Amino acid sequence: MEFAELIKTPRADNVVLHRPFYPAVEGTLCLTGHHLIFSSRRQDNAEELWLLHSNIDSIEKRFVGSLGTIIIKCKDLRIIQLDIPGMEECLNIASSIEALSTLDSVTLMYPFFYRPMFEIIEDGWRSFLPDQEFELLSSVTDEWRLSCINKEFSVCPSYPPVVIVPKSIDDEALRKVAMFRHGSRFPVLSYYHKKNGMVMMRSSQPLTGTNGRRCKEDEKLINATLRPGKRGYIIDTRSLNVAQQARAKGGGFEQEAHYPQWRRIHKCIERFNILQESLIKLVEACNDQSHNMDRWLSKLEASNWLTHIKEILTAACLAAQCIDREGASVLVHGTEGTDSTLQVTSLAQIILDPRCRTIRGFESLVVREWLQAGHPFQQRCAQSAYSNSKQKWEAPVFLLFLDCVWQILRQFPCSFEFNEQFLIMLFEHAYASQFGTFLGNNENERSKLKLLQKTMSLWSWVNRSEELSKFQNPLFEANSLVIWPSVAPQSLQLWEGVFLRWNRPSKFLDEAHEEMISIIKYNKELQAKVNALRRQLAEMETDDRMQENL
Amino acid sequence: QVEQVKLLDRFSASNKSLTGTLYLTATHLLFIDSSQRETWILHHHIAAVEKLPLTTSGCPLVIQCKNFRIVHFVVPRERDCHDIYNSLLQLSRTAKYEELYAFSYNPKQNESEQVKGWQLIDLAEEYKRMGVPNANWQLSDANRDYKICETYPRELYVPRTASKPIIVGSSKFRSKGRFPVLSYYHKNKEAAICRCSQPLSGFSARCLEDEHMLQAISKANPSNRYMYVMDTRPKLNAMANRAAGKGYENEDNYSNIRFQFVGIENIHVMRSSLQKLLEVSGTKGLSVNDFLSGLENSGWLRHIKAVLDAAVFLVKAIAVESASVLVHCSDGWDRTSQVCSLGALLLDSYYRTIKGFMVLIEKDWISFGHKFSDRCCQLDGDPKEISPVFTQFLESVWNLTEQFPQAFEYNEAFLLQIHEHVHSCQFGNFLGNCQKEREELKLKEKTYSLWPFLLGERKKYQNPLYNPDFSPELTLLEPNTVSFNFKFWRNMYHQFDRSMHPRQSVSNLIMNMSEQNKQLEEDIKELEAKIKRRNGQSDAVLLKENQQSAHPAPMALKTPPCFKEQPLIPVNDAVRTIEGSNTADNRYSELVAEFSKAEPAVVSLEYGVARMTC
Repeated sequence: MEFAELIKTPRADNVVLHRPFYPAVEGTLCLTGHHLIFSSRRQDNAEELWLLHSNIDSIEKRFVGSLGTIIIKCKDLRIIQLDIPGMEECLNIASSIEALSTLDSVTLMYPFFYRPMFEIIEDGWRSFLPDQEFELLSSVTDEWRLSCINKEFSVCPSYPPVVIVPKSIDDEALRKVAMFRHGSRFPVLSYYHKKNGMVMMRSSQPLTGTNGRRCKEDEKLINATLRPGKRGYIIDTRSLNVAQQARAKGGGFEQEAHYPQWRRIHKCIERFNILQESLIKLVEACNDQSHNMDRWLSKLEASNWLTHIKEILTAACLAAQCIDREGASVLVHGTEGTDSTLQVTSLAQIILDPRCRTIRGFESLVVREWLQAGHPFQQRCAQSAYSNSKQKWEAPVFLLFLDCVWQILRQFPCSFEFNEQFLIMLFEHAYASQFGTFLGNNENERSKLKLLQKTMSLWSWVNRSEELSKFQNPLFEANSLVIWPSVAPQSLQLWEGVFLRWNRPSKFLDEAHEEMISIIKYNKELQAKVNALRRQLAEMETDDRMQENL
Repeated sequence: QVEQVKLLDRFSASNKSLTGTLYLTATHLLFIDSSQRETWILHHHIAAVEKLPLTTSGCPLVIQCKNFRIVHFVVPRERDCHDIYNSLLQLSRTAKYEELYAFSYNPKQNESEQVKGWQLIDLAEEYKRMGVPNANWQLSDANRDYKICETYPRELYVPRTASKPIIVGSSKFRSKGRFPVLSYYHKNKEAAICRCSQPLSGFSARCLEDEHMLQAISKANPSNRYMYVMDTRPKLNAMANRAAGKGYENEDNYSNIRFQFVGIENIHVMRSSLQKLLEVSGTKGLSVNDFLSGLENSGWLRHIKAVLDAAVFLVKAIAVESASVLVHCSDGWDRTSQVCSLGALLLDSYYRTIKGFMVLIEKDWISFGHKFSDRCCQLDGDPKEISPVFTQFLESVWNLTEQFPQAFEYNEAFLLQIHEHVHSCQFGNFLGNCQKEREELKLKEKTYSLWPFLLGERKKYQNPLYNPDFSPELTLLEPNTVSFNFKFWRNMYHQFDRSMHPRQSVSNLIMNMSEQNKQLEEDIKELEAKIKRRNGQSDAVLLKENQQSAHPAPMALKTPPCFKEQPLIPVNDAVRTIEGSNTADNRYSELVAEFSKAEPAVVSLEYGVARMTC
């Protein structure tokens, strides 16, 4: 298929672009296979707006006489309006955008056509390989092994080819365990806590069904992570009720009788459509500038967004607490183990492991705990807050995770190497990107799409020093401690950088931020200078003395 | 003194506590825990003491403070608890001004320092800065002896064309004699903010002198014929007042006025709103939705928005239309003070400096008779007179500092400290209800002024991001008053609940850094001078060496020659430490603590957050 077929009107002149808090600009609108480009011809400040079609969440058209208006709502939550003279042109453009923003074939997406304009110093596809992770692990413990059981994705379609499992469990046993777990997602290592050797594992629900099926290998596998005489905790991200109901569909939870060394805690985290609805309501509330104080608060409440944040953070804190304070190993799962499970395991690592609070470490965490762990990005991020289609797979699971990270970042502003912009960037690229990183739903699909060969990795671009400097937190000072965030409602805040980003002028806040950075920079310069001067003085003193001794 | 007293964590579910000793002094309640940490509570700060039913561990005593600190003690013996309770009740309720802390507080200043301290803020100087008196405005001596209005200051500025009979006549037509006077004069626009109380218009009464007074105000503004009259009350309240012979201006009787209601609620609504807010924020195990709906039901942020919206309306009239504005409410000392002072703050960057803010409070709040004593319950009095009007003003300012981080010379700590001392009765400034009362109390001789004390600690209150060029003199701030800009002020209402705050404070860090930068600049100068001197010296030494072979050992020998690179100023450490970063300080911690005790199968927890099967 040629994109040209979809583009009925490639270009329109005298189009007026409206954005909140900016004056309207007149210019030319062009449609290409992957972009909507608007450029103003004004000599004094020529402006260009490039918008990926895949970033477009929904489009509305209106007509007043022969003047057509298109309202474009983006997945990054921005809303722009284009006034296009000529009814036919406007209709053509609208239908072209609609078609181009809803291509169903992944291979037609921009990442397959994107040619980077920068020099690749490090191939991001090879920056975070499981082997490297395992090497780090084996330097501290020899109780684990790298299993290639899933080499051809034959055992578990949503797992990566290699996984880390207890050394004492052989591949044969793993196969049996896989049969006992939803989607074959058997328990694998998620995190090893160096401080006390405790671990966090993740999996999907056990398929106990109504008749309480058991699997000796499964019991043996997770027991292998326990120290003699010690107990472990299973954190089930569903309510007890939901977990019990799951038995009717063949799922279930670990029975006390079969797992006597484990205590199960149910920490309910909401799923799919509930989260998606929550996002839609929240964004609606944020975009409505007219309402009074009470309506704003009640809408914020009705969205439940901050409640979800609190639930997720609480579950993650609990997992971290079991490991660090109780000295116990933890197994986390929900139903499929691809959503709330990953929120909990990845956030617990941010709390526990200082490495995850660095840029590199956080990228590695996203790769391990989200991409390789099989979070279905393509399904979850297909639509954002403005979608009106009621597909049931969309959910802002990853955005909620980023929001939780932002909440912790707010509470520990000096403990993270990255800044808020870094999180916002990840949010944007998860929903629409020129890079292949977030395409596909798991490693299996990614390998079939040959993303490694055909597309560019986000990390190849981010990890160049020009880009990195934008994402660095000037206040960062490595903090080796565990950081316990507060989950009191008074401590949780709306993530304004994402949700109010397009709804209020941020000039004053940005300027203040610049000023803050310049104070920090100046401080570093002064410190360096004082040190240099002191050294110079000291050298002079030594010289004097040498002369003296001569 | 009572030993073995437990101080409970306000939000902890498992009743985590600190054990220590409780002391009662003449002015303070002091608790020293086993690790020698001290908690001081001024008796004047105590808003309420409550004795809860006896428990197995002792007798609980809950103390609520006016600065929103809440402490929960458990006293082992009921008798002791009862004694403490009674003493606190007596100590926190003062009957006479002379018994307040300010009259015994002695900061070791001599008399001339005390006098100088009181002279720090000079309102005559301030009116001069605004540009009055001038061709249109003059100082009136009508109230020199508080004869016309007891709650106004002696010095009042009025239009030149307003003769004494007009003033007297107008004052008789205004509630409590509070006739229209100048609050702020905008030099560039030649427009004025004036303030007064409601007219005694009833259903039909009118007063020619009052009408003349308003005409004089609009005539004093050459750039605009009409003026605005803002009644800051909701229309319904104002109408209800007519039945009592009070009310609002009839537009037909006054020439060239534009009348506007802005709908700020009265002191009683505000008091119960804050009460609701505190109930919600003090709930243990609060869920997000209960918090948000509680915040909404309290109406607190709605009131803050109403106050700021009113100020924005006022500012637009002056800055955009160059029209003068007369602001009033009922008595003209609560809402009127809020709106006038916030309006001036938005119009004039001087009030965004530390000194300027002090002046603003002295002018619009203290001198114009905001009833600090009644509103803050300094003396044991009518609880219906208490209202957080001034707190709302500070919160509105805080909201502005959040929107314009570079426009204010002062920081949040400054606002919090002022709030602290409005209630502390440690300094004389806020004692009493009006200037006349303050003079009678001889506050300037017997007590000290807060302002020099705050200026002495200036460093703590400076906003490191402040940019004096952010808004040149007399350019206005235009705040965005869309609802989502108004946030719960955690640092005010949970100031003492440390576990809720960010564990690392960016603002403190930046503040220390910019302080440190100044020090480093000094160091560099000093080092450069030393090096220069040494260069000169070593040249001299060389010269000497050439001249004579034997010479005395230079001084430098005595200093250690080796140089180690060292961290320069270790101030940052204190700020960076992660205070209270442990699970025990957070809500979720108790969950594990509960089930680690190896307990029966199903434990249902207090909040119903988690139901655990073990």
